[in-house]
Amino acid sequence: MQTDNRQPALLVDPAQQIFKVARRNFTDPEIFKAEKELIFERSWLYLGHASELPKPGDFVSRTVAGRSILFTRDSKGTLRALLNTCPHRGAQVCRERKGNAKSFQCFYHGWVFGADGKLRSQPGEEAYAEGFKNRESSNMQAVPRFETYRDFCFISFDKSIMPLVDYLAGAKEYLDLICDQTEAGLSIISGTQEYSIRANWKLLTENSIDGYHATTTHASYFDYLMNTTDGLVGGMGGGGYGYDLGNGHAVLEYGAPWGRPVAQWIPAWGDDGKREISRLYDNLVQRFGKERADRIACKNRNLFIFPNLVVNDIMALTVRTYFPMAADYMIISAWALGPNDETSWARKYRLNNFLEFLGPGGFATPDDAEALEHCQRGFNNAKEAQWNDISKGMGKERPAYNDELQMRAFWTQWNAMMFPAPVSSIKNVAA
Amino acid sequence: MRAIERSDVEDFLFHEADLLDQWRLPEWLELFTDDATYEVPCTDLPSDASADNNLFYIADDRFRLGERVKRLMKRTAHAEFPHSKTSRIVGNVRIRGRGDDTVDVSAVFQTFRTKDGTTDLYFGTSNYRLKVDDGRIRISEKRCLLGGEGLRPHGRISIVL
Repeated sequence: MQTDNRQPALLVDPAQQIFKVARRNFTDPEIFKAEKELIFERSWLYLGHASELPKPGDFVSRTVAGRSILFTRDSKGTLRALLNTCPHRGAQVCRERKGNAKSFQCFYHGWVFGADGKLRSQPGEEAYAEGFKNRESSNMQAVPRFETYRDFCFISFDKSIMPLVDYLAGAKEYLDLICDQTEAGLSIISGTQEYSIRANWKLLTENSIDGYHATTTHASYFDYLMNTTDGLVGGMGGGGYGYDLGNGHAVLEYGAPWGRPVAQWIPAWGDDGKREISRLYDNLVQRFGKERADRIACKNRNLFIFPNLVVNDIMALTVRTYFPMAADYMIISAWALGPNDETSWARKYRLNNFLEFLGPGGFATPDDAEALEHCQRGFNNAKEAQWNDISKGMGKERPAYNDELQMRAFWTQWNAMMFPAPVSSIKNVAA
Repeated sequence: MRAIERSDVEDFLFHEADLLDQWRLPEWLELFTDDATYEVPCTDLPSDASADNNLFYIADDRFRLGERVKRLMKRTAHAEFPHSKTSRIVGNVRIRGRGDDTVDVSAVFQTFRTKDGTTDLYFGTSNYRLKVDDGRIRISEKRCLLGGEGLRPHGRISIVL
């Protein structure tokens, strides 16, 4: 994107601990347009979790970065990400949200495709050239790139993007910590929270890795927690750190007072819960030793994978992805993950925990949405009041979980992709 | 004692809607039995899904429902401060079944919510199990099945449906 030299996107001066983000980045329709091409076309984007398609023929249809995607497991058990459009005249082939099918028939002219996207038959075949069916162009087209890491499935529209495992960089270690909770694998639990926020998508990125806002934005949630847990574990002073994981990814890792279904007990869960949590914890110690077991069981992780995936390993496990529809409107999909070998007791408490805090009906997420929407409204003053400040903790060798290193990691990557060298919009400024 | 009729149920549901529109939430809470539940499943779940093994938007037992009310009456429930203005219409009320001391009811709801210059519509069907005790009706189960797909564009259920 062409730099507007009069106003850079970021103002950065490490020596003076200045890190400012132009509010225009959240409001400008030109920026919104450029992000589509420079960020969303050139990143790995979360499509879904392999557990959503347990059997051959299972499918879900999903919109990712404006594309209609058909995510299937074919008859041989291979996962496929297809562009959900008929090679004939373009109609969406699959119009159901999810299900199991031996084949997909486009209702417009009746072409039939396998779950691998290959054309099986079309009415009036005799009127087509010989060998028409064997042409690659007669099949539903696969998404340019599709790769998975530990059942997290990603797509990219950039043919030449680096392999997913390299792209994930330091985020891989944190996905491992989450996936290592169980040897039996994790699954998406039925039920999708589909919502929206009338704010720029980058506000949700910031909010998802913001350890600073909790005590004020979520004061009423912590009041509630005090009423439920009969004395909290660890206290809010559990502490922790924020980390830049490379390629724009970031994480907070910290202790917190809420119960964790794997595996931090709270008094409200009673003796049955204590036995179950001890069993899970002991198993982790056996598999990984005490140090890693403690980290898996008791530390919380708010993991952000650039540009739009959040995996929270907190009072429950959540996967959340979001897309901008306009500079000031985003849509969000969120799921709960749980271990496949979880007891019904633990599954119930996990979901109970999830709903307390998370999601559009929880005791916290609506207040986040309110904060983001009021930021967006505040940005109406961006012509005069131009800058956000995210310098908290810049002077520290090891910034805390409630500093703003994580956001700086995101914005630095965002800026590098939006304004690639030699036109850099990072400016050193005097205070 | 005469049986509860649809008009009794309608009076009760209209009263409930009125309390909610007036933000008289502590009084509204009194309409529930001590073991009551209030649930809003995600819109891609079957209407009889259980909150024990499916992700909902809301699955409150009576304790958490009480906490929800306490929270919504605080300034720190930011999403509802200042309180939004709401207007509820309850209709198509039908008695679906009767037990010894219970009545199962379904009703269609349309709730308009206005805050900060934006008006959103929540709509769907509420299924109630009402408990009738000495002529007094109370709610032992309330499950709101949202119409539409997901929570867009309103994005949240910060009010009580």
